[in-house]
Amino acid sequence: MIRIEPRAKVSNSSTIFIPIIAAIVSLLFAAIPIISAGANPLIAYVEMAKGVFGSVFAVSEMLTRATPLIFTGLAAAIAFRAKLWNIGAEGQLYLGAIAAVTVGSGFFDLPAIFLLPLIIVLGACAGAVGMVAPTYLKVRFGADEVVTTLLLNFIIIIFLQMLLEGPLQDPMGLGWPQSAPILDQGMFPPLIDRMRVHSGLILAVILAVIAQVMIKHSVWGFKLRAVGENSSAAKHAGININRSLFGVALLSGGLAGLAGVSEVAGLKGYLTADLSPGFGYAGIVVAMLAGLSPIGVLIASVFIASVFVGADSMSRAMGISSFLADLVVSVSLLCVLVGGFIAKFKIVRAGTGKKIL
Amino acid sequence: MIDILNILLTDSFWAASLRIATPLIFGVLGALICERSGTLNLGIEGIFVVGAMCGWMATWLGAGLWGGILVAFLCGAFFGLIHALLTVPLGLSQHVSGLGITLFATSVSYFTYRTALPDVSSPPRIEPFQPLDIPILSDLPFIGLVLFQQTALTWLALIMVLLVWYVLNRTNLGLAIKAVGDNPNSVDAQGLSVYAIRMWAIVIGSALMALGGAFLTMSAFDAFFFGMVNGRGWVCIALVIFASWRPGKALIGALLFGAFDALQVRLQTEMGALVPGQVFLMAPYVLSIAALVIAARSADYPRALLTPWYKGQR
Repeated sequence: MIRIEPRAKVSNSSTIFIPIIAAIVSLLFAAIPIISAGANPLIAYVEMAKGVFGSVFAVSEMLTRATPLIFTGLAAAIAFRAKLWNIGAEGQLYLGAIAAVTVGSGFFDLPAIFLLPLIIVLGACAGAVGMVAPTYLKVRFGADEVVTTLLLNFIIIIFLQMLLEGPLQDPMGLGWPQSAPILDQGMFPPLIDRMRVHSGLILAVILAVIAQVMIKHSVWGFKLRAVGENSSAAKHAGININRSLFGVALLSGGLAGLAGVSEVAGLKGYLTADLSPGFGYAGIVVAMLAGLSPIGVLIASVFIASVFVGADSMSRAMGISSFLADLVVSVSLLCVLVGGFIAKFKIVRAGTGKKIL
Repeated sequence: MIDILNILLTDSFWAASLRIATPLIFGVLGALICERSGTLNLGIEGIFVVGAMCGWMATWLGAGLWGGILVAFLCGAFFGLIHALLTVPLGLSQHVSGLGITLFATSVSYFTYRTALPDVSSPPRIEPFQPLDIPILSDLPFIGLVLFQQTALTWLALIMVLLVWYVLNRTNLGLAIKAVGDNPNSVDAQGLSVYAIRMWAIVIGSALMALGGAFLTMSAFDAFFFGMVNGRGWVCIALVIFASWRPGKALIGALLFGAFDALQVRLQTEMGALVPGQVFLMAPYVLSIAALVIAARSADYPRALLTPWYKGQR
């Protein structure tokens, strides 16, 4: 029989190697569905790589895809650090987008220097509002935030559909359920001429760096860790748990809201109910791959975005369903979980105590 | 108000309520078994998708309706086994593992569907389960339509409620399942395997969840569509808490939800001109949150829920 024992110390390098190995394993795993779809996996991998790194355009597409993932990844990473299970980034993303098109599509005809910051701030606030109810219900009534944030995703999307057929519908939109476009001066400026990658990416990177510094070197970061790791000890240390939780919740919701702002004011220009192909849920995978580290989120977003963009382009070239990307992403999440286990525990043979892994 | 009363008095309304409740009954029972043994299973949403896809596709490929149900059951058990391995012997985060299972199960189903049917815009249809036609009983006024003209799957769900109640409350196995969810050390001290009991509970629970999904494609509709599960799994997680982890209350919770959903559809057609239809579509999710909030305070959580247990470590 085998037995599981905690390792004496968790090596530092494991936090870097585990996600890398998880990513590689998940890509290798993709060979199974590719073969089952009747294609040659080697050719498929080459097609994927070409689709991500084959040209400036490809890299731009990948970074465009990574931008919202950085925001939702940060949202999940910060909340999960405090053991606040915000699974509602998808809904908060849409709240941010709703705020962005509401103020950005002509409600305020301001010059760019005022309009874009206004859109960003209000979008973040709207996303944060999405976390108020779940956090209040958790703190006041003990209602599990996993369930409330998940269910809110559905409520918000239906609410959005209502807005898009009502007050937010573009009068010039020929009856399609879409919002009026954001004014030109309210859009994130593009980073490269005639490419889709936009300056929302810069905002995302800056926020990731700020979050990293805050978590590692500020009192707030210490509180965040204390609340997450041992909330009763944190209480003894005089930390107001509820207030800290609300702070984390609002921040997390705000970051998710920015994902919506950046998609709508950086890429699409107007809002539809299919703005996000699950960026909120993918953000959870990003955060886990990143080991909940904000800088790690940047790297993990690039990986996940590469999988999506690469699979899209392979799908066009070879006719394999692009759901392959979702498959790889979900497998990478399960792999990184198992990797975290191997880093913390060793498996020994019960009789002899001989180490197996 | 008269309108609502009129609706509540019709037999077709109560028949619809029970029909809508059926997948939730399977789902709530499945989640209840997992959680009673100490493991939260957020894989439920994805396992619903797997059940819906596999059951329907197996039937379409010629396995027959009950063959499809068996395939759905086994596929659900398979994904449950992954969750069980990750959360029980490895003791990994039940939240993250469950979400991972949901993402994995959903993408496997969607990928398989797209690979099997690359070019279709609307999926092929199967001959779904037909309403029962029992002599005399099906022709009774009111309850004939409500109870005896449902499909066999609804009856299977109701029987499962009884079965789960019986096993949990009247057998040693049920005692053991509840004990590993409350105090695993006591079970270990009796020489029973905590790992085995917890893992079997998750596998069987997940298999039941998949039947809830299969009901959607094999009884409620006759084909598989993307996004057709639409949060039903998450609703079940809320309903388990509402039900305080009791099978009887789980049935009541699912029926209340079904009745409410049936009511909103009917109100939507009657009041559609006055209120946007989306208000009614939102209502079931709002109701689930409300149910959760009402029950959360007094909920009698299995004491070891979310707590991993390692052999030899006290």
